[in-house]
Amino acid sequence: MNAALLLLADSRLPAGGHGHSGGAEEAVRVGAITGPGDLARFLRGRLATAGLVAAALSAAACALAARDDASAVDEPGRSYEPGRSDEPGRSYEPGRSYEPDRSYEPGRSGEPDRSGGGAEGEWRGLDAEADARAASPAQRGASRTQGRLLLRSARRIWPSPALDAPARAVPQGVHHPIALGAVSAAAGCSPHDAALATAYTSITGPATAAVRLLGLDPVVVHRVLAGLVPDLESVARTACARTAWEDLPAHAAPALDLLAEQHLRTEVRLFVS
Amino acid sequence: MDARAAIATESAGGRTVLGTLRSDPPLTMRQTGPVTVHLVSTAAGPLGGDHLELRIDVAPGTCLEIASVASTLVLPGPGESVTVVEARVGAGATLRYAPEPTVLAAGCAHRMIVRLALEEGASVTWREEIVFGRYGERPGTCHSRFDATIGGVPLLRQEFVVGDPAVDGSPAVYGDARCVGSVLVVRPEPPGPPFADAPAAGRTDKPPTSGRLTEPVLAEGCVVLPLAGPGTLVSALAPDAAALRERLTWGEARATRS
Repeated sequence: MNAALLLLADSRLPAGGHGHSGGAEEAVRVGAITGPGDLARFLRGRLATAGLVAAALSAAACALAARDDASAVDEPGRSYEPGRSDEPGRSYEPGRSYEPDRSYEPGRSGEPDRSGGGAEGEWRGLDAEADARAASPAQRGASRTQGRLLLRSARRIWPSPALDAPARAVPQGVHHPIALGAVSAAAGCSPHDAALATAYTSITGPATAAVRLLGLDPVVVHRVLAGLVPDLESVARTACARTAWEDLPAHAAPALDLLAEQHLRTEVRLFVS
Repeated sequence: MDARAAIATESAGGRTVLGTLRSDPPLTMRQTGPVTVHLVSTAAGPLGGDHLELRIDVAPGTCLEIASVASTLVLPGPGESVTVVEARVGAGATLRYAPEPTVLAAGCAHRMIVRLALEEGASVTWREEIVFGRYGERPGTCHSRFDATIGGVPLLRQEFVVGDPAVDGSPAVYGDARCVGSVLVVRPEPPGPPFADAPAAGRTDKPPTSGRLTEPVLAEGCVVLPLAGPGTLVSALAPDAAALRERLTWGEARATRS
Protein backbone atom coordinates (compact mmCIF):
# COMPACT_ATOMS: atom_id res chain seq x y z
CA MET A 1 0.00 0.00 0.00
CA ASN A 2 1.17 3.50 -0.84
CA ALA A 3 0.57 6.24 1.76
CA ALA A 4 -0.93 8.43 -0.98
CA LEU A 5 -3.93 6.10 -0.74
CA LEU A 6 -4.82 7.82 2.53
CA LEU A 7 -5.01 11.19 0.78
CA LEU A 8 -7.08 9.74 -2.04
CA ALA A 9 -9.61 8.09 0.22
CA ASP A 10 -9.87 11.05 2.59
CA SER A 11 -13.23 12.76 2.41
CA ARG A 12 -11.34 16.05 2.81
CA LEU A 13 -9.80 15.62 -0.65
CA PRO A 14 -11.11 18.75 -2.36
CA ALA A 15 -12.88 17.04 -5.26
CA GLY A 16 -16.56 17.61 -4.56
CA GLY A 17 -17.31 14.12 -3.21
CA HIS A 18 -19.10 15.51 -0.15
CA GLY A 19 -21.98 16.70 -2.31
CA HIS A 20 -23.07 13.17 -3.28
CA SER A 21 -25.00 10.67 -1.20
CA GLY A 22 -24.99 7.80 -3.73
CA GLY A 23 -28.74 7.30 -3.48
CA ALA A 24 -28.83 7.48 0.33
CA GLU A 25 -30.72 10.78 0.45
CA GLU A 26 -33.57 9.45 -1.68
CA ALA A 27 -33.56 6.13 0.18
CA VAL A 28 -34.00 8.09 3.42
CA ARG A 29 -36.76 10.20 1.89
CA VAL A 30 -38.79 7.19 0.73
CA GLY A 31 -38.28 5.40 4.02
CA ALA A 32 -35.97 2.67 2.70
CA ILE A 33 -33.31 3.73 5.20
CA THR A 34 -34.59 4.59 8.67
CA GLY A 35 -31.77 3.50 10.96
CA PRO A 36 -28.42 1.75 11.25
CA GLY A 37 -29.85 -1.67 10.28
CA ASP A 38 -31.26 -0.47 6.96
CA LEU A 39 -28.15 1.60 6.38
CA ALA A 40 -25.92 -1.45 6.85
CA ARG A 41 -27.98 -3.43 4.31
CA PHE A 42 -27.98 -0.48 1.92
CA LEU A 43 -24.21 -0.07 2.12
CA ARG A 44 -23.50 -3.78 1.84
CA GLY A 45 -25.65 -4.08 -1.28
CA ARG A 46 -24.20 -0.91 -2.75
CA LEU A 47 -20.67 -2.18 -2.19
CA ALA A 48 -21.42 -5.58 -3.77
CA THR A 49 -22.88 -3.97 -6.90
CA ALA A 50 -22.03 -0.36 -7.77
CA GLY A 51 -18.96 -0.47 -5.49
CA LEU A 52 -17.53 -3.58 -7.14
CA VAL A 53 -18.13 -2.26 -10.65
CA ALA A 54 -16.53 1.08 -9.77
CA ALA A 55 -13.56 -0.60 -8.09
CA ALA A 56 -12.90 -2.77 -11.15
CA LEU A 57 -13.09 0.20 -13.53
CA SER A 58 -10.79 2.13 -11.23
CA ALA A 59 -8.19 -0.65 -11.13
CA ALA A 60 -8.29 -0.88 -14.93
CA ALA A 61 -7.87 2.88 -15.24
CA CYS A 62 -4.97 2.85 -12.80
CA ALA A 63 -3.19 0.17 -14.82
CA LEU A 64 -3.77 2.09 -18.04
CA ALA A 65 -2.54 5.37 -16.55
CA ALA A 66 0.53 3.74 -15.05
CA ARG A 67 1.45 2.33 -18.44
CA ASP A 68 0.94 5.75 -20.07
CA ASP A 69 3.04 7.36 -17.41
CA ALA A 70 5.86 4.88 -17.93
CA SER A 71 5.81 5.14 -21.70
CA ALA A 72 5.78 8.93 -21.50
CA VAL A 73 9.46 8.84 -20.51
CA ASP A 74 10.40 8.21 -24.11
CA GLU A 75 8.05 10.77 -25.53
CA PRO A 76 9.41 14.28 -25.76
CA GLY A 77 7.03 17.19 -25.84
CA ARG A 78 4.70 15.94 -23.12
CA SER A 79 4.48 17.76 -19.85
CA TYR A 80 6.49 15.18 -18.08
CA GLU A 81 9.29 15.61 -15.59
CA PRO A 82 12.06 13.18 -16.43
CA GLY A 83 13.01 10.83 -13.68
CA ARG A 84 9.76 11.03 -11.81
CA SER A 85 8.84 7.45 -12.36
CA ASP A 86 12.11 6.41 -10.76
CA GLU A 87 11.24 8.11 -7.51
CA PRO A 88 11.47 5.80 -4.55
CA GLY A 89 8.20 4.97 -2.93
CA ARG A 90 6.34 4.42 -6.15
CA SER A 91 5.33 0.94 -5.27
CA TYR A 92 3.76 0.17 -8.56
CA GLU A 93 5.83 -1.36 -11.31
CA PRO A 94 4.15 -0.86 -14.64
CA GLY A 95 3.61 -4.04 -16.53
CA ARG A 96 4.31 -6.26 -13.57
CA SER A 97 0.99 -7.87 -12.97
CA TYR A 98 -1.60 -5.35 -14.02
CA GLU A 99 -1.08 -4.96 -17.72
CA PRO A 100 -3.93 -3.04 -19.21
CA ASP A 101 -6.13 -5.00 -21.44
CA ARG A 102 -5.15 -4.87 -25.09
CA SER A 103 -8.26 -6.45 -26.48
CA TYR A 104 -9.49 -2.96 -27.17
CA GLU A 105 -8.22 -1.90 -30.50
CA PRO A 106 -8.71 1.81 -30.83
CA GLY A 107 -9.92 2.84 -34.21
CA ARG A 108 -11.47 -0.51 -35.08
CA SER A 109 -13.99 -0.08 -37.80
CA GLY A 110 -17.41 0.91 -36.54
CA GLU A 111 -16.01 2.49 -33.41
CA PRO A 112 -15.78 6.16 -34.24
CA ASP A 113 -15.72 7.12 -30.56
CA ARG A 114 -12.29 5.69 -30.15
CA SER A 115 -10.70 7.65 -32.96
CA GLY A 116 -7.69 9.64 -31.96
CA GLY A 117 -5.81 6.42 -31.47
CA GLY A 118 -3.28 5.53 -28.83
CA ALA A 119 -3.91 6.22 -25.21
CA GLU A 120 -6.78 8.63 -25.76
CA GLY A 121 -8.65 6.00 -27.74
CA GLU A 122 -8.12 3.56 -24.91
CA TRP A 123 -9.42 6.05 -22.35
CA ARG A 124 -12.54 6.49 -24.45
CA GLY A 125 -12.85 2.72 -24.68
CA LEU A 126 -12.67 2.30 -20.91
CA ASP A 127 -15.07 5.20 -20.44
CA ALA A 128 -17.50 3.47 -22.83
CA GLU A 129 -17.29 0.37 -20.63
CA ALA A 130 -18.33 2.53 -17.67
CA ASP A 131 -21.21 3.97 -19.71
CA ALA A 132 -22.46 0.48 -20.60
CA ARG A 133 -22.57 -0.34 -16.87
CA ALA A 134 -24.58 2.73 -15.91
CA ALA A 135 -28.12 2.53 -17.23
CA SER A 136 -29.38 5.53 -15.27
CA PRO A 137 -28.73 8.94 -16.85
CA ALA A 138 -28.84 10.53 -13.38
CA GLN A 139 -26.06 8.23 -12.20
CA ARG A 140 -24.03 8.76 -15.36
CA GLY A 141 -24.35 12.50 -14.88
CA ALA A 142 -23.31 12.39 -11.22
CA SER A 143 -20.40 10.12 -12.06
CA ARG A 144 -19.08 12.36 -14.84
CA THR A 145 -19.45 15.49 -12.70
CA GLN A 146 -17.46 13.89 -9.89
CA GLY A 147 -14.90 12.53 -12.32
CA ARG A 148 -14.36 15.93 -13.90
CA LEU A 149 -13.97 17.68 -10.53
CA LEU A 150 -11.61 15.03 -9.22
CA LEU A 151 -9.42 15.17 -12.31
CA ARG A 152 -9.33 18.96 -12.19
CA SER A 153 -8.15 19.01 -8.55
CA ALA A 154 -5.81 16.08 -8.99
CA ARG A 155 -3.99 17.61 -11.96
CA ARG A 156 -2.91 20.35 -9.58
CA ILE A 157 -2.21 18.06 -6.63
CA TRP A 158 -0.33 15.33 -8.55
CA PRO A 159 0.70 16.88 -11.89
CA SER A 160 1.38 13.99 -14.23
CA PRO A 161 1.11 13.24 -17.92
CA ALA A 162 -0.96 10.22 -16.89
CA LEU A 163 -3.81 12.63 -16.12
CA ASP A 164 -3.61 14.55 -19.37
CA ALA A 165 -4.74 11.73 -21.64
CA PRO A 166 -8.04 10.97 -19.85
CA ALA A 167 -8.83 14.67 -19.56
CA ARG A 168 -8.18 15.19 -23.27
CA ALA A 169 -9.92 12.00 -24.33
CA VAL A 170 -13.22 12.76 -22.60
CA PRO A 171 -13.61 16.55 -22.26
CA GLN A 172 -17.06 16.27 -20.62
CA GLY A 173 -15.40 14.35 -17.79
CA VAL A 174 -14.50 10.68 -17.51
CA HIS A 175 -16.59 8.60 -15.15
CA HIS A 176 -15.61 9.01 -11.51
CA PRO A 177 -14.08 5.54 -10.97
CA ILE A 178 -11.94 6.01 -14.06
CA ALA A 179 -10.75 9.39 -12.84
CA LEU A 180 -10.03 7.89 -9.42
CA GLY A 181 -8.02 5.10 -11.02
CA ALA A 182 -5.99 7.51 -13.14
CA VAL A 183 -5.37 9.76 -10.14
CA SER A 184 -4.30 6.75 -8.07
CA ALA A 185 -1.65 5.98 -10.68
CA ALA A 186 -0.50 9.61 -10.73
CA ALA A 187 -0.20 9.50 -6.93
CA GLY A 188 1.90 6.34 -7.16
CA CYS A 189 -0.73 3.84 -6.05
CA SER A 190 -1.27 0.36 -7.46
CA PRO A 191 -4.48 -0.85 -9.13
CA HIS A 192 -5.31 -2.70 -5.93
CA ASP A 193 -4.95 0.56 -3.98
CA ALA A 194 -7.18 2.27 -6.54
CA ALA A 195 -9.81 -0.45 -6.20
CA LEU A 196 -9.71 -0.21 -2.43
CA ALA A 197 -10.04 3.60 -2.43
CA THR A 198 -12.91 3.42 -4.90
CA ALA A 199 -14.77 0.69 -3.01
CA TYR A 200 -14.26 2.66 0.20
CA THR A 201 -15.61 5.93 -1.20
CA SER A 202 -18.60 4.05 -2.65
CA ILE A 203 -19.85 3.46 0.91
CA THR A 204 -18.40 6.28 3.01
CA GLY A 205 -20.21 9.01 1.04
CA PRO A 206 -23.66 7.44 1.58
CA ALA A 207 -22.79 6.62 5.22
CA THR A 208 -21.84 10.22 6.01
CA ALA A 209 -24.93 11.47 4.20
CA ALA A 210 -27.15 9.18 6.28
CA VAL A 211 -25.60 10.53 9.49
CA ARG A 212 -26.49 14.05 8.43
CA LEU A 213 -29.95 13.23 7.07
CA LEU A 214 -31.18 11.01 9.89
CA GLY A 215 -29.15 12.41 12.76
CA LEU A 216 -27.69 8.95 13.38
CA ASP A 217 -24.98 8.42 15.98
CA PRO A 218 -21.73 8.75 14.00
CA VAL A 219 -20.09 6.14 16.19
CA VAL A 220 -22.79 3.60 15.38
CA VAL A 221 -22.45 4.36 11.67
CA HIS A 222 -18.70 3.91 11.87
CA ARG A 223 -19.25 0.57 13.54
CA VAL A 224 -21.36 -0.35 10.50
CA LEU A 225 -18.49 0.71 8.24
CA ALA A 226 -15.99 -1.24 10.32
CA GLY A 227 -18.17 -4.30 9.87
CA LEU A 228 -17.82 -3.90 6.11
CA VAL A 229 -14.01 -4.01 6.12
CA PRO A 230 -13.85 -7.70 5.09
CA ASP A 231 -16.28 -6.94 2.25
CA LEU A 232 -14.10 -4.01 1.16
CA GLU A 233 -11.06 -6.23 0.98
CA SER A 234 -12.83 -8.94 -0.94
CA VAL A 235 -14.32 -6.43 -3.38
CA ALA A 236 -10.89 -4.88 -4.02
CA ARG A 237 -9.43 -8.35 -4.63
CA THR A 238 -12.20 -9.32 -7.02
CA ALA A 239 -11.91 -5.96 -8.78
CA CYS A 240 -8.25 -6.61 -9.56
CA ALA A 241 -8.67 -10.02 -11.13
CA ARG A 242 -6.99 -9.74 -14.50
CA THR A 243 -9.54 -9.73 -17.22
CA ALA A 244 -10.41 -8.05 -20.49
CA TRP A 245 -12.29 -4.79 -19.98
CA GLU A 246 -15.41 -6.21 -21.55
CA ASP A 247 -15.51 -8.93 -18.89
CA LEU A 248 -15.15 -6.58 -15.90
CA PRO A 249 -17.90 -6.87 -13.29
CA ALA A 250 -21.22 -5.27 -14.26
CA HIS A 251 -23.40 -5.85 -11.20
CA ALA A 252 -26.61 -3.91 -11.47
CA ALA A 253 -28.53 -2.36 -8.60
CA PRO A 254 -32.04 -1.65 -9.91
CA ALA A 255 -33.11 0.04 -6.67
CA LEU A 256 -30.20 2.49 -6.93
CA ASP A 257 -31.26 3.30 -10.52
CA LEU A 258 -34.80 4.01 -9.35
CA LEU A 259 -33.60 6.08 -6.40
CA ALA A 260 -31.21 8.11 -8.56
CA GLU A 261 -33.94 9.06 -11.03
CA GLN A 262 -36.51 9.80 -8.31
CA HIS A 263 -33.97 11.95 -6.51
CA LEU A 264 -33.60 14.27 -9.50
CA ARG A 265 -37.37 14.80 -9.40
CA THR A 266 -37.41 15.63 -5.70
CA GLU A 267 -37.66 19.34 -5.09
CA VAL A 268 -35.78 19.76 -1.85
CA ARG A 269 -32.40 18.12 -1.96
CA LEU A 270 -29.33 18.45 0.22
CA PHE A 271 -27.15 16.32 -2.05
CA VAL A 272 -26.53 16.35 -5.78
CA SER A 273 -27.06 12.60 -6.05
CA MET B 1 -27.96 -32.88 -19.68
CA ASP B 2 -26.31 -30.89 -22.46
CA ALA B 3 -28.31 -29.34 -25.26
CA ARG B 4 -27.52 -27.00 -28.12
CA ALA B 5 -30.34 -25.52 -30.13
CA ALA B 6 -30.20 -22.98 -32.92
CA ILE B 7 -32.47 -20.67 -34.86
CA ALA B 8 -31.40 -18.75 -37.92
CA THR B 9 -33.37 -16.68 -40.35
CA GLU B 10 -32.65 -16.13 -44.01
CA SER B 11 -33.92 -13.56 -46.41
CA ALA B 12 -35.68 -15.00 -49.46
CA GLY B 13 -36.86 -12.39 -51.91
CA GLY B 14 -37.35 -9.84 -49.15
CA ARG B 15 -39.28 -12.28 -46.95
CA THR B 16 -38.08 -13.95 -43.79
CA VAL B 17 -37.56 -17.69 -43.92
CA LEU B 18 -36.61 -19.79 -40.91
CA GLY B 19 -33.58 -21.44 -42.47
CA THR B 20 -32.51 -23.24 -39.32
CA LEU B 21 -34.72 -24.44 -36.52
CA ARG B 22 -32.70 -27.04 -34.69
CA SER B 23 -34.22 -28.28 -31.46
CA ASP B 24 -32.19 -30.25 -28.96
CA PRO B 25 -34.35 -31.52 -26.11
CA PRO B 26 -35.13 -30.13 -23.63
CA LEU B 27 -34.68 -27.04 -25.81
CA THR B 28 -37.50 -27.73 -28.22
CA MET B 29 -38.85 -25.10 -30.58
CA ARG B 30 -42.06 -24.81 -32.53
CA GLN B 31 -42.77 -22.37 -35.31
CA THR B 32 -46.08 -20.76 -34.38
CA GLY B 33 -46.28 -17.97 -36.93
CA PRO B 34 -44.56 -16.77 -40.07
CA VAL B 35 -41.68 -15.33 -38.04
CA THR B 36 -42.59 -16.57 -34.56
CA VAL B 37 -40.97 -19.39 -32.64
CA HIS B 38 -42.05 -20.69 -29.24
CA LEU B 39 -39.63 -22.40 -26.92
CA VAL B 40 -41.25 -25.52 -25.51
CA SER B 41 -39.34 -27.09 -22.68
CA THR B 42 -39.71 -30.85 -23.12
CA ALA B 43 -38.18 -31.75 -19.74
CA ALA B 44 -38.24 -30.31 -16.26
CA GLY B 45 -35.64 -27.78 -15.41
CA PRO B 46 -32.96 -26.82 -16.14
CA LEU B 47 -31.66 -28.91 -13.27
CA GLY B 48 -28.33 -28.49 -11.57
CA GLY B 49 -25.65 -29.86 -13.92
CA ASP B 50 -27.58 -29.06 -17.11
CA HIS B 51 -25.89 -26.96 -19.78
CA LEU B 52 -28.27 -25.46 -22.32
CA GLU B 53 -27.24 -23.30 -25.22
CA LEU B 54 -29.35 -21.43 -27.72
CA ARG B 55 -27.90 -19.66 -30.74
CA ILE B 56 -30.01 -17.10 -32.53
CA ASP B 57 -28.95 -15.61 -35.83
CA VAL B 58 -31.20 -13.00 -37.39
CA ALA B 59 -29.96 -12.26 -40.88
CA PRO B 60 -29.90 -8.68 -42.16
CA GLY B 61 -33.33 -7.43 -43.13
CA THR B 62 -35.25 -10.33 -41.56
CA CYS B 63 -37.61 -10.58 -38.58
CA LEU B 64 -37.88 -13.04 -35.73
CA GLU B 65 -39.97 -13.22 -32.60
CA ILE B 66 -39.13 -15.69 -29.85
CA ALA B 67 -41.47 -16.49 -27.00
CA SER B 68 -41.97 -19.44 -24.70
CA VAL B 69 -45.06 -21.39 -23.74
CA ALA B 70 -44.35 -21.39 -20.01
CA SER B 71 -42.02 -20.01 -17.41
CA THR B 72 -38.74 -21.79 -16.76
CA LEU B 73 -38.45 -23.36 -13.33
CA VAL B 74 -34.80 -23.75 -12.35
CA LEU B 75 -34.36 -26.76 -10.07
CA PRO B 76 -31.49 -28.02 -7.95
CA GLY B 77 -29.27 -30.89 -9.00
CA PRO B 78 -25.67 -32.00 -8.91
CA GLY B 79 -23.71 -28.84 -9.72
CA GLU B 80 -24.62 -25.60 -11.40
CA SER B 81 -27.13 -25.27 -14.21
CA VAL B 82 -26.06 -23.01 -17.05
CA THR B 83 -28.03 -21.44 -19.85
CA VAL B 84 -26.27 -19.53 -22.59
CA VAL B 85 -28.11 -17.52 -25.20
CA GLU B 86 -26.00 -16.08 -27.95
CA ALA B 87 -27.76 -13.84 -30.45
CA ARG B 88 -26.63 -11.92 -33.48
CA VAL B 89 -28.91 -9.45 -35.18
CA GLY B 90 -27.97 -8.09 -38.59
CA ALA B 91 -28.44 -4.64 -40.06
CA GLY B 92 -32.07 -3.86 -40.71
CA ALA B 93 -33.14 -7.01 -38.89
CA THR B 94 -35.70 -7.16 -36.10
CA LEU B 95 -35.67 -9.47 -33.10
CA ARG B 96 -38.16 -9.65 -30.31
CA TYR B 97 -37.05 -12.02 -27.56
CA ALA B 98 -39.64 -12.23 -24.83
CA PRO B 99 -39.84 -15.60 -23.11
CA GLU B 100 -41.77 -16.20 -19.90
CA PRO B 101 -39.94 -15.61 -16.59
CA THR B 102 -37.18 -17.69 -15.07
CA VAL B 103 -38.30 -18.88 -11.64
CA LEU B 104 -35.59 -19.81 -9.15
CA ALA B 105 -36.70 -22.76 -7.04
CA ALA B 106 -35.25 -23.42 -3.61
CA GLY B 107 -31.75 -24.86 -3.70
CA CYS B 108 -31.05 -24.11 -7.35
CA ALA B 109 -27.62 -22.85 -8.47
CA HIS B 110 -28.03 -21.17 -11.81
CA ARG B 111 -25.89 -19.25 -14.30
CA MET B 112 -27.53 -17.29 -17.12
CA ILE B 113 -25.39 -15.81 -19.84
CA VAL B 114 -26.70 -13.69 -22.69
CA ARG B 115 -24.49 -12.27 -25.41
CA LEU B 116 -26.30 -10.04 -27.82
CA ALA B 117 -24.34 -8.67 -30.76
CA LEU B 118 -26.17 -6.14 -32.90
CA GLU B 119 -25.10 -4.67 -36.16
CA GLU B 120 -25.89 -1.02 -36.62
CA GLY B 121 -29.44 -0.60 -37.84
CA ALA B 122 -30.71 -3.64 -35.96
CA SER B 123 -33.95 -3.43 -34.03
CA VAL B 124 -34.26 -5.42 -30.81
CA THR B 125 -36.59 -5.91 -27.89
CA TRP B 126 -35.10 -8.24 -25.27
CA ARG B 127 -36.94 -9.09 -22.11
CA GLU B 128 -35.52 -10.82 -19.07
CA GLU B 129 -37.53 -11.64 -15.93
CA ILE B 130 -36.21 -13.38 -12.84
CA VAL B 131 -38.60 -14.51 -10.09
CA PHE B 132 -37.10 -15.19 -6.67
CA GLY B 133 -38.77 -18.52 -5.93
CA ARG B 134 -42.32 -19.78 -6.24
CA TYR B 135 -44.96 -18.42 -3.87
CA GLY B 136 -43.52 -18.27 -0.37
CA GLU B 137 -40.34 -20.08 -1.45
CA ARG B 138 -36.81 -18.92 -0.70
CA PRO B 139 -34.87 -19.00 -3.96
CA GLY B 140 -31.59 -20.75 -4.56
CA THR B 141 -28.78 -18.80 -6.16
CA CYS B 142 -28.57 -17.23 -9.58
CA HIS B 143 -25.98 -15.19 -11.37
CA SER B 144 -27.01 -13.69 -14.67
CA ARG B 145 -24.89 -11.70 -17.05
CA PHE B 146 -26.15 -9.76 -20.03
CA ASP B 147 -23.82 -8.18 -22.58
CA ALA B 148 -25.13 -6.21 -25.54
CA THR B 149 -22.94 -4.54 -28.15
CA ILE B 150 -23.75 -2.55 -31.26
CA GLY B 151 -21.14 -2.70 -34.00
CA GLY B 152 -18.69 -4.00 -31.40
CA VAL B 153 -19.25 -1.03 -29.06
CA PRO B 154 -20.65 -1.89 -25.63
CA LEU B 155 -24.25 -0.80 -25.16
CA LEU B 156 -25.30 -2.51 -21.94
CA ARG B 157 -23.57 -4.84 -19.56
CA GLN B 158 -25.42 -5.94 -16.47
CA GLU B 159 -25.25 -8.74 -13.96
CA PHE B 160 -27.84 -9.80 -11.41
CA VAL B 161 -26.97 -11.90 -8.42
CA VAL B 162 -29.74 -13.53 -6.40
CA GLY B 163 -29.24 -15.51 -3.22
CA ASP B 164 -26.17 -13.61 -2.04
CA PRO B 165 -26.67 -12.39 1.54
CA ALA B 166 -24.84 -9.17 0.62
CA VAL B 167 -27.53 -8.11 -1.83
CA ASP B 168 -30.69 -9.95 -0.77
CA GLY B 169 -32.96 -7.51 0.99
CA SER B 170 -30.61 -4.58 0.44
CA PRO B 171 -32.53 -1.34 -0.16
CA ALA B 172 -29.80 -0.50 -2.70
CA VAL B 173 -30.33 -3.57 -4.88
CA TYR B 174 -33.77 -5.25 -4.86
CA GLY B 175 -35.30 -3.83 -1.67
CA ASP B 176 -38.23 -6.05 -0.70
CA ALA B 177 -39.00 -7.04 -4.30
CA ARG B 178 -39.45 -10.71 -5.21
CA CYS B 179 -38.80 -10.25 -8.94
CA VAL B 180 -36.44 -8.25 -11.11
CA GLY B 181 -36.76 -7.67 -14.80
CA SER B 182 -35.66 -5.54 -17.68
CA VAL B 183 -36.42 -4.90 -21.32
CA LEU B 184 -33.72 -3.62 -23.61
CA VAL B 185 -35.13 -1.71 -26.54
CA VAL B 186 -32.99 -0.75 -29.50
CA ARG B 187 -34.46 0.99 -32.51
CA PRO B 188 -32.45 2.09 -35.51
CA GLU B 189 -32.37 5.66 -36.64
CA PRO B 190 -34.00 6.14 -39.08
CA PRO B 191 -36.61 3.54 -38.12
CA GLY B 192 -36.41 0.07 -39.61
CA PRO B 193 -39.26 -2.21 -40.58
CA PRO B 194 -41.99 -2.64 -37.99
CA PHE B 195 -42.62 -6.04 -36.44
CA ALA B 196 -44.29 -8.34 -38.90
CA ASP B 197 -46.46 -9.86 -36.21
CA ALA B 198 -48.83 -8.21 -33.83
CA PRO B 199 -47.64 -8.52 -30.24
CA ALA B 200 -48.46 -11.87 -28.69
CA ALA B 201 -51.60 -12.56 -26.71
CA GLY B 202 -52.82 -10.13 -24.14
CA ARG B 203 -50.22 -7.43 -24.51
CA THR B 204 -51.37 -3.93 -25.17
CA ASP B 205 -48.08 -2.35 -26.04
CA LYS B 206 -47.95 -0.35 -29.21
CA PRO B 207 -45.74 -1.36 -32.10
CA PRO B 208 -42.47 0.53 -32.25
CA THR B 209 -42.38 3.88 -33.87
CA SER B 210 -39.55 6.16 -34.79
CA GLY B 211 -37.54 8.25 -32.40
CA ARG B 212 -35.81 7.49 -29.18
CA LEU B 213 -36.68 8.43 -25.66
CA THR B 214 -34.36 11.15 -24.37
CA GLU B 215 -35.67 11.69 -20.83
CA PRO B 216 -36.11 8.95 -18.24
CA VAL B 217 -39.70 8.05 -17.34
CA LEU B 218 -40.57 6.87 -13.87
CA ALA B 219 -43.41 4.96 -12.21
CA GLU B 220 -43.72 2.84 -9.10
CA GLY B 221 -41.07 0.13 -9.26
CA CYS B 222 -40.27 0.88 -12.88
CA VAL B 223 -37.98 3.26 -14.68
CA VAL B 224 -37.36 3.77 -18.38
CA LEU B 225 -33.75 4.74 -18.90
CA PRO B 226 -32.19 6.15 -22.05
CA LEU B 227 -28.76 4.52 -22.23
CA ALA B 228 -25.56 6.33 -23.13
CA GLY B 229 -25.56 4.40 -26.40
CA PRO B 230 -28.45 4.07 -28.86
CA GLY B 231 -30.86 2.11 -26.71
CA THR B 232 -33.35 2.29 -23.86
CA LEU B 233 -33.59 0.07 -20.81
CA VAL B 234 -36.79 -0.59 -18.93
CA SER B 235 -35.85 -1.71 -15.44
CA ALA B 236 -38.39 -2.95 -12.92
CA LEU B 237 -38.74 -4.47 -9.48
CA ALA B 238 -41.98 -6.01 -8.28
CA PRO B 239 -43.54 -8.07 -5.50
CA ASP B 240 -44.77 -10.76 -7.95
CA ALA B 241 -44.45 -11.89 -11.56
CA ALA B 242 -47.76 -10.40 -12.66
CA ALA B 243 -46.86 -6.94 -11.36
CA LEU B 244 -43.42 -7.24 -12.92
CA ARG B 245 -44.90 -8.00 -16.36
CA GLU B 246 -47.34 -5.12 -16.00
CA ARG B 247 -44.52 -2.70 -15.14
CA LEU B 248 -42.26 -3.90 -17.93
CA THR B 249 -45.09 -3.72 -20.46
CA TRP B 250 -45.87 -0.17 -19.36
CA GLY B 251 -42.20 0.76 -19.61
CA GLU B 252 -41.71 -0.90 -22.97
CA ALA B 253 -44.60 1.10 -24.42
CA ARG B 254 -42.90 4.29 -23.21
CA ALA B 255 -39.54 3.22 -24.54
CA THR B 256 -40.91 2.65 -28.01
CA ARG B 257 -43.07 5.75 -28.19
CA SER B 258 -41.63 8.62 -30.18
